[in-house]
Amino acid sequence: MDAKISVNQIKKKFNALPVVDGVDFSVADGEFVAIVGPSGCGKSTLMKIVAGFEHPDEGSVNIDGKPMTRPSPKGIVISQHGSVFPWLTVQQNLMFGLNGDQQHGEKAALADHYAEMVGLKGFENAYPHELSGGMLKRAEIARALVVKPEILYMDEPFSALDALMNLKMRNELLRVLSEERHTVLLITHDVEEAIYLADRILVLSPRPTRIQGSFKVDQPHPRKLSTPELQQLKEDILSQLGL
Amino acid sequence: MERLNKIWPPLAVLLAIVAIWWYAVIATESLIFPTPAQVVTGTMELVEDGSLWEHIGASLMRVGVGFSLAILVAVPMGLWMGRVEGAFRTLNPVFQILRPISPIAWIPVAILWFGVGNASPVFLIFIAAVFPMIVQTAAGVHTIEKRYLRAAENFGVSRAKLFRQVIVPAVLPEIIVGMRISLGVAWLVVVAAEMIALRSGLGYLIIDSRNAGNRYDLVIAGMIIIGLIGLALDGIMRLLEKLKVVRWRYGR
Repeated sequence: MDAKISVNQIKKKFNALPVVDGVDFSVADGEFVAIVGPSGCGKSTLMKIVAGFEHPDEGSVNIDGKPMTRPSPKGIVISQHGSVFPWLTVQQNLMFGLNGDQQHGEKAALADHYAEMVGLKGFENAYPHELSGGMLKRAEIARALVVKPEILYMDEPFSALDALMNLKMRNELLRVLSEERHTVLLITHDVEEAIYLADRILVLSPRPTRIQGSFKVDQPHPRKLSTPELQQLKEDILSQLGL
Repeated sequence: MERLNKIWPPLAVLLAIVAIWWYAVIATESLIFPTPAQVVTGTMELVEDGSLWEHIGASLMRVGVGFSLAILVAVPMGLWMGRVEGAFRTLNPVFQILRPISPIAWIPVAILWFGVGNASPVFLIFIAAVFPMIVQTAAGVHTIEKRYLRAAENFGVSRAKLFRQVIVPAVLPEIIVGMRISLGVAWLVVVAAEMIALRSGLGYLIIDSRNAGNRYDLVIAGMIIIGLIGLALDGIMRLLEKLKVVRWRYGR
């Protein structure tokens, strides 16, 4: 089977400082891959390259076998600080990415469907500043799902939330993904989050970053992080990270 | 009760100023400088013969026309300069040079170009209002957070939609701030401009009252009315900041 995302030996320097140094991996269709690494290792740069916002100095990124040149609605980025437009209502935000020539009513119905799916029913006409951090994150996920992307790029999506909301959103994400299977690339510094969510975990080295380990997670969802296997997995990943 | 607590202190200061003014006029036995009571009597004269409303109307009309023209020019210009790097590099230095020139310094030029009719003060107000608005709008475009532009790029929206749903609403709060600054300057300028030529307006009222027999009661009346209208104009601009589409920017 062809890989959905294939990243081939990409390298990136900022001025003379090498940040990404020969990263090579692929993600299968429908697979959930998490990338963990120490902070400042170049995770976000890697994500920007894979999502098409920046170009690598060397190497290439292919999506469905075609070279990635610029961002497209095929793969939507969800980032730490979020990008829900504060000047649009929840519904207007969710309709933002719908560029087709459907009627306004159809678009609104689609937006409302996804608002309900993430638990924002009743808040369609609220402005983002009237929402809590968790609700804002749901709105952002819904806005991505509305355009039916094949890939979700998540860059530390829940790390700006408080600890409880962080745990809650993990389950919400899994629930939403079980309804519509997407290919997901998650970047995080949180090893437990990666173990809880992903099918496969890649471990990055410090800067200049490259992939130094790969772990498969076979347990079915919902996972219990306290099981001996997953505890062992966490130990192994942490020791790769030098802890 | 809470409202009352907010209103009391400034009101007390104003009353104190009036009291000191009154006392000072009596104590110095000034023959020309009016007491507050004389100012009120003078104002009532103007109200009764209707000329006060004419002067206010004339000044407001000039500000309205000049300010509207400035918005029509400044907002598109600011947006363009904010988006197109070349336009900014080319035009920004020009506007930065023109902006610190006091609109008052343009008065002779305005009289030369537009004569002493209504066009001169309208032009001066336009000059006063247009530069701050251009600069504020362009700065607003420059400070749009990258994550929002990235998101728009990610969803692959058309240029028109990018402008309508991202750029313009993101900059709108800055545009309103620019409008507030500009309107304040415009109001300053109209009064100054009317002092030069014209036969109507609050600036004319002040100069004419002094020239026609030292009517300082009317001079002071004109000054106070200018202040009150300026306050009201600023209040109207503040109402714009309460609009739902810009509230995200000014806090909850």
